[in-house]
Amino acid sequence: MTAQSMTDAIRSPKRAGRPALVSYITAGYPTLDGFAAQLQAVCDVSDVVEVGIPFSDPMADGPTIQLSSQKALENGVSVKWVLDLLEKTERSAPVLLFGYLNPLLAFGFEALAKRCAEVGVSGFIIPDLPFEESDEFRAAIEPHGLGLVQLVTPVTPIERAATLAHASGGFLYAVTRTGITGSGTLPDSLAGYLAALREASPVPVCAGFGIRTAETVQVIEPHADGVVVGSALIEVLGRGDDPQVFLNGLMETS
Amino acid sequence: MKLPGPNDVAALAAGQLPDARGRFGPFGGRYIPETLVAAIERLEAGARAALADPSFQAELGAELRSWVGRPTPLSHAPRLSEAWGADVWLKREDLAHTGAHKINNALGQAMIAKRMGATRIVAETGAGQHGVASAAACARLGLHCIVYMGAVDVERQAPNVRRMKLFGAEVIPVTGGDATLRAAIDEALRDWVSDPAGTFYLLGSAVGPHPYPWLVRELQAVIGLEARGQMLEMAGGLPDVAIACVGGGSNAIGLFHPFVGDESVELLGIEAGGSGNGLGEHAATLAYGTPGVLHGTMSYLIQNTDGQVIETHSVSAGLDYPGVGPEHAFLHATGRATYLAATDAEALDALQEVCRLEGILPAIETAHAFHGARRWAAENPGKRILIGCSGRGDKDLDILAKQGVAS
Repeated sequence: MTAQSMTDAIRSPKRAGRPALVSYITAGYPTLDGFAAQLQAVCDVSDVVEVGIPFSDPMADGPTIQLSSQKALENGVSVKWVLDLLEKTERSAPVLLFGYLNPLLAFGFEALAKRCAEVGVSGFIIPDLPFEESDEFRAAIEPHGLGLVQLVTPVTPIERAATLAHASGGFLYAVTRTGITGSGTLPDSLAGYLAALREASPVPVCAGFGIRTAETVQVIEPHADGVVVGSALIEVLGRGDDPQVFLNGLMETS
Repeated sequence: MKLPGPNDVAALAAGQLPDARGRFGPFGGRYIPETLVAAIERLEAGARAALADPSFQAELGAELRSWVGRPTPLSHAPRLSEAWGADVWLKREDLAHTGAHKINNALGQAMIAKRMGATRIVAETGAGQHGVASAAACARLGLHCIVYMGAVDVERQAPNVRRMKLFGAEVIPVTGGDATLRAAIDEALRDWVSDPAGTFYLLGSAVGPHPYPWLVRELQAVIGLEARGQMLEMAGGLPDVAIACVGGGSNAIGLFHPFVGDESVELLGIEAGGSGNGLGEHAATLAYGTPGVLHGTMSYLIQNTDGQVIETHSVSAGLDYPGVGPEHAFLHATGRATYLAATDAEALDALQEVCRLEGILPAIETAHAFHGARRWAAENPGKRILIGCSGRGDKDLDILAKQGVAS
């Protein structure tokens, strides 16, 4: 699997005519034993799956993912554990690793790239590795066809966003903290931001907005190639509910 | 990682480090979420413009004199000198307003924030000294100040919490993570990530992403610059060694930096040795740690082999941090400075000796430097020693009582 497999999966989503669904789950959360089956279940109803490598200091995450990371660490999750599990687990969607830099640094960039290629990982999202610091990492992974997904935010100037989009492997992740209420419309500023990104980006644009409801997905749908679901899914898993029921419900049209 | 060697020290002494990317050799840099990139570039531009502006420097200098009480004295320590068989001099940051060196940085950054038009300031604090300094500086400048403080530290440094509130700051206890300084930094960074345009993050130590390690060093270098001049004038020459305690390392870098080019001056940092040298027992990052990235900077960390940061232990909240500033990492790797640990018990013992012999109650953090100096004096008799007396220990009376000291 390569970065291109993520692009293809997002351009031709499982639900024809709908945006691609990118789902985030924390590795080994809530349990180690149930994780392989949970990953398969989430893959079956998603177009791309982000597997979170827990870190002790997740400075860019909210309380839900902080807690899931803490639990996963208590469960004993490490980079090696995740890669070994992926090697043994068939998946029906491309998988990328979402993790902070230090555990990846400790594993070693070259060893990580080689092992990820072996076990069929497609790429990475590293929230504390901005583009300017990413040369060494990209030099290690790109010969293996793996992609580093770049993140952009509403405060990223559009010239910079264009540079990041061209450096991004697989897709471009558009983050914003701006909440979307139940009013059913996207604020003009956000619609304009996403439109400018899609114009500038050679890879598909997926939006992460703290997406929790089918209504929100429908609001974003005209403006993005895919939607990213994280905290809401982690809450579902924390409660022991069925992730497929939640994700299918999220992608239902009213 | 290619570690720097002794030949790389000249670039630091010549004022060429950090480089344009915020690097001290392989250390430093800017490992931050994209959300913060624009804000931190604005901060760097604003800080560079302010520090290069003679009128800002004049204004800062006037505030340092009339409100902080600079220059702080250099005190000869005759009875410690006699007891240790050395010539001991103390740079008295404990006499600066609010009781520690932290005010040098807090005032400077708060003035930069105001110059840049910020109205909302967030800060983190461990022992509470940076929180108190930030709260005082913000009160002086009419800025709203929010201080994140680990719940454990709120408990063990209660007097400082009350002082911050008197200065009008909002103190938010952090219960996540290890509920100490590291968790407070995590939370302050999250606050900044959620409002990067309207918030100024007033970071208290020489850690974090570029430009903080540079900015904090520039604002704290006043310690070493004054001390160097005072030593020449009062002690008749440069010290043989300059010694300071190191948590994140802001007072130590402030003391050390102006001496980096003085080859005859040994630099010795003393870290928190806690209760032992096993993982989880100490906060001695350079003495026992390995390179890694935390809180936006490449430096040394206390971590396990999976790259997870490990909880630290120290009797001193201000040194209880698993990372260290990148300039210290550079000084350590090049061998220009040496970093050793002092245990909780050694620090508490040194604290009492300084009280008894000099009539000075140092902070528990500072007491680590005194123990390091005492040990160095025993190994190097008859030398001239400069100690960074970084803060006063009034805030520590409750802890001292709990530790069976002064009860």
